[in-house]
Amino acid sequence: MSLDPATVRRIAALARLHVDEAEVPRLQEELNGILGWIEQLNEVDVTGIEPLAGAAANALPMRADVVTDGGYPEAVLANAPERIGAFFAVPNVVE
Amino acid sequence: MSLTDLTIAAAADGLRRGDFTARALTEAHLAVIAAENPRLNAFITVTEAAALARADAADRALAAGTARPLAGIPLAIKDLFCTEGVRTTAGSRILGNFIPPYESTVTRRLLDDGAVFLGKANLDEFAMGSSNMTSAFGPVANPHRRRQDPDAVLVPGGSSGGSAAAVAAGLAMGATGTDTGGSIRQPAAFCGIVGIKPSYGRCSRWGVVAFASSLDHPGPVARTVEDCAILLGSMAGHDPRDSTSADVPVPDYRAACRRGVKGLRIGVPREYRAEGMAGEIEALWARGVARLREAGAEVVDVSLPHTKYGLATYYIIAPAEASSNLARYDGVRFGFRAAGRGDLRELYEHSRAEGFGAEVRRRILIGTYVLSAGYYDAYYLRAQKVRALIKRDFDEVFRGVDALLTPTAPSAAFAQGEKMDDPVTMYLNDVFTVPADLAGVPAMSVPAGRDADGLPLGLQVIGRSFDEATVFAVGAALEGMG
Repeated sequence: MSLDPATVRRIAALARLHVDEAEVPRLQEELNGILGWIEQLNEVDVTGIEPLAGAAANALPMRADVVTDGGYPEAVLANAPERIGAFFAVPNVVE
Repeated sequence: MSLTDLTIAAAADGLRRGDFTARALTEAHLAVIAAENPRLNAFITVTEAAALARADAADRALAAGTARPLAGIPLAIKDLFCTEGVRTTAGSRILGNFIPPYESTVTRRLLDDGAVFLGKANLDEFAMGSSNMTSAFGPVANPHRRRQDPDAVLVPGGSSGGSAAAVAAGLAMGATGTDTGGSIRQPAAFCGIVGIKPSYGRCSRWGVVAFASSLDHPGPVARTVEDCAILLGSMAGHDPRDSTSADVPVPDYRAACRRGVKGLRIGVPREYRAEGMAGEIEALWARGVARLREAGAEVVDVSLPHTKYGLATYYIIAPAEASSNLARYDGVRFGFRAAGRGDLRELYEHSRAEGFGAEVRRRILIGTYVLSAGYYDAYYLRAQKVRALIKRDFDEVFRGVDALLTPTAPSAAFAQGEKMDDPVTMYLNDVFTVPADLAGVPAMSVPAGRDADGLPLGLQVIGRSFDEATVFAVGAALEGMG
């Protein structure tokens, strides 16, 4: 599988990364280099193998469905690039 | 001997004997930082005042007889661990001004044990790299130099390059690192120090800036195997705030260092004998085998058949998880925001494009692609199946041996700017370290010799899951070869 310029643009849009048109050919080449190298996994016979999501020793633990944290909006907002009162500020999304 | 040459074990004894104060020990390290950091760039942030205040508190505890095990020991903290009130950048412009309102579990445990934090160590951006060249705060210099070419500035390895360089050059007695594909072990090997990536779940990931959550392993680097044992003993332990943290007892690793290897069976995996392996690395490996045999271990050839697929598997899974974890950097809640950009979507796209460096953007794009509709099965699901086969290789081989011995990296440290031609060449650095991350088994790099240029080389000891104790025993038996 080889990426065309339109796919590079589509992936960048999905990833919410702005890509200048001039960068597309270089990115396309780099990504295709990596993906071409990854193709070697097609040699492996994975018939009947269950996928492994992680190496954790045990199943994820359960806990009571209760509030365990929170109640400090100032700490949460302390690193906000822009805030208005107790809210994160973003450009208008509804006119 | 200068205070900055001491091991952690010797310094802890010296503090208790009253040979020197914690303040003197911290001041000695701050003086080396002031002299050497402009050249090495191992620290992004130095917290001098806080370090001295902690040292004074350690002196009071020592005088009162209430000192904890790491009281007054000066450490560097990889700038991927959130530290309350102290800027934590992950080596990225996008977190350039981020001040965490909380402390990571691992650093909290070290503080509770009395450690002094000197500052935050440089790293590859978001821990993505093997050279420390991708940091937004500039590259780190390896304190070692080539005998034949002393002007070349060598990389310290990565991603924990600042941690390893700081410890190797006496700017800190030990440091925290993280290892996702080799980021503790490869820089330890390049800088001639010891580093251990413990089992997955041994050290909490809570408060560590996430790269690839199923692969991220916090762990220590230090100048001796015993010092790593002391640090890991403090860092390890169950944490309910990390759902993958293991609720298993932490043994006495320091005692394990003195256990010896008599009667142990050590496997030498033939697949690590990569084609074109440098003769010096092969000879180093043979010397390690001889050393363990002399110490009473039995060494046998073993096979890990899927080793060669480890790197490609890693370069699907790690970017996939990274693309998800790094979605949180949106220019809204914390971190960098691009100036003057139209609507919300443009704000996201420009903040991320300007805030992330080239390697991070590349991995986000790869990860997004392999998870996208139509490609998920072909790439991501297949990689998860190959990961299961790699783990099965380890499970099977550990039925017959207690630990494995391999080289840590395919070469000694290279120069800044080398291996930068294409991403895959850089990725090949991690060929021997990645499988242990995929399987979650503990692995240590121990300095074991020098190449013809006088540069350090490391050997890797891999153990059974949650059997770091045997890894420490084998590592201690190898120590002092070089």
